[in-house]
Amino acid sequence: MICAQQVSKSFGGTAALDSITAEIRTGSIYGLIGSNGAGKSTFLRILAGILKPDSGTVTIDDQEVFENPEIKQHCFMISDEQYFFSGCTPRDMKDYYKSIYPHFDEDRYRTLMKNFGLDERRKIRTFSKGMKKQVSVICAASSGADYLFCDETFDGLDPVARQAVKSIFAGDVAEFSATPVIASHNLRELEDFCDCIGLLHRGGILFSRDLDDMKLHIQKIQILPDKIPEQKMLEGIEVLGIQHSGRMATVTVRCSRQEAEERMRAGAPLYYEILPLSLEEIFIAETEVNGYDAKKLIL
Amino acid sequence: MIHLDLHDPRPMYEQVVDQLEMLIARNVLQADEKLPSVRQMAMELSLNPNTVQKAYSELLNRKEIYSVRGKGNFVSGSCTSIQERRLEQIREEISALLRQAKELGTTARQRNELLQSLMEVEST
Repeated sequence: MICAQQVSKSFGGTAALDSITAEIRTGSIYGLIGSNGAGKSTFLRILAGILKPDSGTVTIDDQEVFENPEIKQHCFMISDEQYFFSGCTPRDMKDYYKSIYPHFDEDRYRTLMKNFGLDERRKIRTFSKGMKKQVSVICAASSGADYLFCDETFDGLDPVARQAVKSIFAGDVAEFSATPVIASHNLRELEDFCDCIGLLHRGGILFSRDLDDMKLHIQKIQILPDKIPEQKMLEGIEVLGIQHSGRMATVTVRCSRQEAEERMRAGAPLYYEILPLSLEEIFIAETEVNGYDAKKLIL
Repeated sequence: MIHLDLHDPRPMYEQVVDQLEMLIARNVLQADEKLPSVRQMAMELSLNPNTVQKAYSELLNRKEIYSVRGKGNFVSGSCTSIQERRLEQIREEISALLRQAKELGTTARQRNELLQSLMEVEST
């Protein structure tokens, strides 16, 4: 379990993170989203023990991360701008990581390099951006680390490589409860792959929650009311948003699907339909309550 | 074996449950056949293992599969319950479509004729 308590960090006069508290369960896939400059990368770096927070604590399995080699053996950070030694080949990088990570799995490294069709004797600087990402992912997956911090790792990969990387992560999660933490802009992709999502905004965490939970407790209903107006039908339920087009009303409410159905049956509208919500719509509904214009935040 | 539709707004685990049920109902997965492990399935579909686990739990709940400790998950013998539930779903879908036809302003007779013509197609 990764546990961040009241973590703050500023660079010079700029506050990057402002007392962030979040928990990440071992064996879950955690998605971190937020606009540019929201503090995603800084948060990942602090979780991975690369940066020291100004205040607050980060613990992994109840131990402080910063400058703790014992825990850092279990962490691997795939940075957005990866660093490779100048003039080195994937094989050199492998040897380097092998000297750091005691559980480095060389067989896996070789298999993955072969599967991805990468030549381990070619200089990394001659690789394309996506291929460099692949090298990093392969090193991470072979390192034997169970906490993987991925900063926009998927964004630079082609669709085939993306599926392959997801599949690798999925295998590790199932096998030894690995915990990938993935920062990305691609909501749709995270929606399918993560079980937990944290939304960062201007250095603060707006919320961090189970995806299924979020989906179960918000409903979108399209109503064409008959005699009873829709406000009356939904009396007592928290209404997050309501939109009218002609006689048709689209409401977003906080309740279970069952409750929504009961209300509709009791209200006897001419027509109604309970529509599924996408992650994007949930964010918009959740953040509007907090006074944010989520459309600007996440798109 | 399973194809996921990324544009389907339903949760992923529901899609996995649905597709496995169809495979069982069609006898592609036979009684006492072993299902892929959570890990295999997750890797094959590039899906979160927790999602696959959730789908399996749901099937276990519905008694469509059973689990043997240390061995994995297996398909239960009878699939009549799946058939019954599917039939009920199909019934609901048909009645929803009929409601749509009604909203278009068709008469009961027109709708009956529609159903009748479909039944004739089916029996040939």
